[in-house]
Amino acid sequence: MEARDAILSAIRRNLPRPAVPLPELPARDPKQTASGVGSKAGLTKPSTGRVSDFQRQLQAMGGTSFEVADLAASRAKIAELFPTAKVICSATREVPGTRRIEDVRDPHDLNDVDVGIVRSSLGVMEAGAVWLTEADLVVNALGVLSQHLVVLLDPAAIVDTLHDAYERIDLAASTYGLFMAGPSATADIEGVIVHGAQGARSLTVLLVAADPTHLSPKNGTHE
Amino acid sequence: MSRHVDPERRAARFIALEEHESTHDRLVWGMRRNRDEEVARVPEWEKLRELASQIKEHTLTHLDRYLEQFEGNATRRGMHVHWARDAEEHNSVVYQILRAHQVRSLIKSKSMLQEECGMTPYLKKRGIEVTESDLGERIQQLSDEPPSHIVVPAIHKLRSDVATLFAREIDSDPSNSDPHYLAEAMRGNARPRFLAAQAAMTGANFAVAETGGFVVCTNEGNADIGASVPPLHIASIGIEKLIPRARDLGVFVRMLSRSALGSAITQYTSHFHGPRQGGELHIVLVDNTRSDRLGSPDFWHGLKCIRCGACMNTCPVYRRAGGLSYGGTYSGPIGVILEPGFDIERFRELPFHSSLCGSCTEVCPVKIDISDQIYKWRRVVAEKGLVKLTKKVGMSALGTTLAHPSLFHSAESLAESALEHAPRFLLYNPLNAWGRHRELPAAPARTFRQWYRENRGNHGSA
Ligand code: SF4
Repeated sequence: MEARDAILSAIRRNLPRPAVPLPELPARDPKQTASGVGSKAGLTKPSTGRVSDFQRQLQAMGGTSFEVADLAASRAKIAELFPTAKVICSATREVPGTRRIEDVRDPHDLNDVDVGIVRSSLGVMEAGAVWLTEADLVVNALGVLSQHLVVLLDPAAIVDTLHDAYERIDLAASTYGLFMAGPSATADIEGVIVHGAQGARSLTVLLVAADPTHLSPKNGTHE
Repeated sequence: MSRHVDPERRAARFIALEEHESTHDRLVWGMRRNRDEEVARVPEWEKLRELASQIKEHTLTHLDRYLEQFEGNATRRGMHVHWARDAEEHNSVVYQILRAHQVRSLIKSKSMLQEECGMTPYLKKRGIEVTESDLGERIQQLSDEPPSHIVVPAIHKLRSDVATLFAREIDSDPSNSDPHYLAEAMRGNARPRFLAAQAAMTGANFAVAETGGFVVCTNEGNADIGASVPPLHIASIGIEKLIPRARDLGVFVRMLSRSALGSAITQYTSHFHGPRQGGELHIVLVDNTRSDRLGSPDFWHGLKCIRCGACMNTCPVYRRAGGLSYGGTYSGPIGVILEPGFDIERFRELPFHSSLCGSCTEVCPVKIDISDQIYKWRRVVAEKGLVKLTKKVGMSALGTTLAHPSLFHSAESLAESALEHAPRFLLYNPLNAWGRHRELPAAPARTFRQWYRENRGNHGSA
């Protein structure tokens, strides 16, 4: 308390004057004002441009993506991409793995995961990023301890910019929320980009519409 | 703390390592070029800079209110909020928390504030093992050196240096200096440490008053591993990191990594709004001279800094002299304007470790008047009688130009073609150690001129 009061009163003594007003942020894009998640919630159908731009940007960040027809095709794609994976831990019932995240008690138990699978409720075109919350991951460490991460994303849930994304995300709804743009990376040795520095070695986004029967009740975006 | 830092002598040492110096220059300038390319893709960039600057200035002119709002919201969300007046108090608060949890090993991600506080040696002395998890920071920790760059801490080292270091410290193959191999060797070494750590520490890039949460940006995801694996997470947050609204993040997150490395966003942009299930989350709000700086009409704008490093990457002196030449926690132009505020005696030479070319001001995403502040620090140092003889000669050799802002600015407005020679003129006077060796790469003359026209020519706001 002593430190708190001392700091606050020092600040009050020293506040620069004149006070500067808080600027208004530019209004959001009216095409993206629909609330809710994905096509189900009435987002305008994304132009093919937005989806392919998202894919290009994700690739620039070191990630890969595939448009897949449905959940069956998603399962097939994962099997094709990771034929030798032993432990596949899924946080979405849409694509089951060899281990259910609900059965994981302790994050340390995720250290042997070869492939983690999770559904994201929001993609951001300009960043090539997917939004993941504790509701999506169930155990947050799934996103970073898995050797490889596969993220399901509804192409209708891609917005253009981070401004649009922050308009739609309710930060207060999750103790943890993450924009992930490509895999873990470093350029700390002579600027050479290396993927898989500490977290996931690869990030694969499967663009596939959400199956309403599997939707998680909490998804961290505005309903 | 009083022995003063001699940046020229330190720079001369780095410049003598020819391969290091030229590689450093090339890599750092590469980041600046990547930044330009990425920024060119955002047509509203200048508008974003203006917004970012205004949001920061608004927050700083209402900082008491936003801190109280942040504290209230963070507490409601189940986080423990602590306050620390200075580095010593920060370290002791952290130590108390760790001791209460019987923590013996700690994994941390990069935090310039913890660096500023000298936290790692403090905890080490008290028997706590601290492991840096960011690759560059770990390289620096194993080398027993501070970071030389705020974004890429070991950028002054060659891959062969890292190969030798890792062979000695983590048993990697000394003859293999492939960065992929070296990064993989460190991944293998760090993973068990993440799993064994009883606590994790992070810094924060932004703290949101409206929601009581904070944001950490990394490329490795190391902050996320720390926050999600051990049960205890402590975040050190400088009081200047506050922003009012969640929506403001859009402005800052769009600018941070574009300015830093020239990527659209960091690989991980992580928002913490409470302890994870079964975990505990502590926040230490740190002043450490920030409230003093707030009261300085000349220097409070330095508190707007978002630590992107763009000013370092563009600086002709930084690129050649290397970050360790600044002898403090922060290097490059931002170090020149921050460090004298911590200890004017010790860092009295830093304001002269600059060519005043103005390129830093041009790239700064939050529009800090960096080069003007450098000039003002020269005046402070001169007024205190702390300038040593060569500097005085240097000042007169450069004409009283540098001592008088009006003359400095008219020197800037010499024929535009003279601008690309300006750094040479300023740097290669015979009294500058780092100017002796060889010539600088060409200054970013084109963008500088563009900037000059837009900012000085049109608005005349010198
Ligand atoms: S002073 Fe500006 S350019 Fe330099 S690190 Fe801070 S925000 Fe970035």
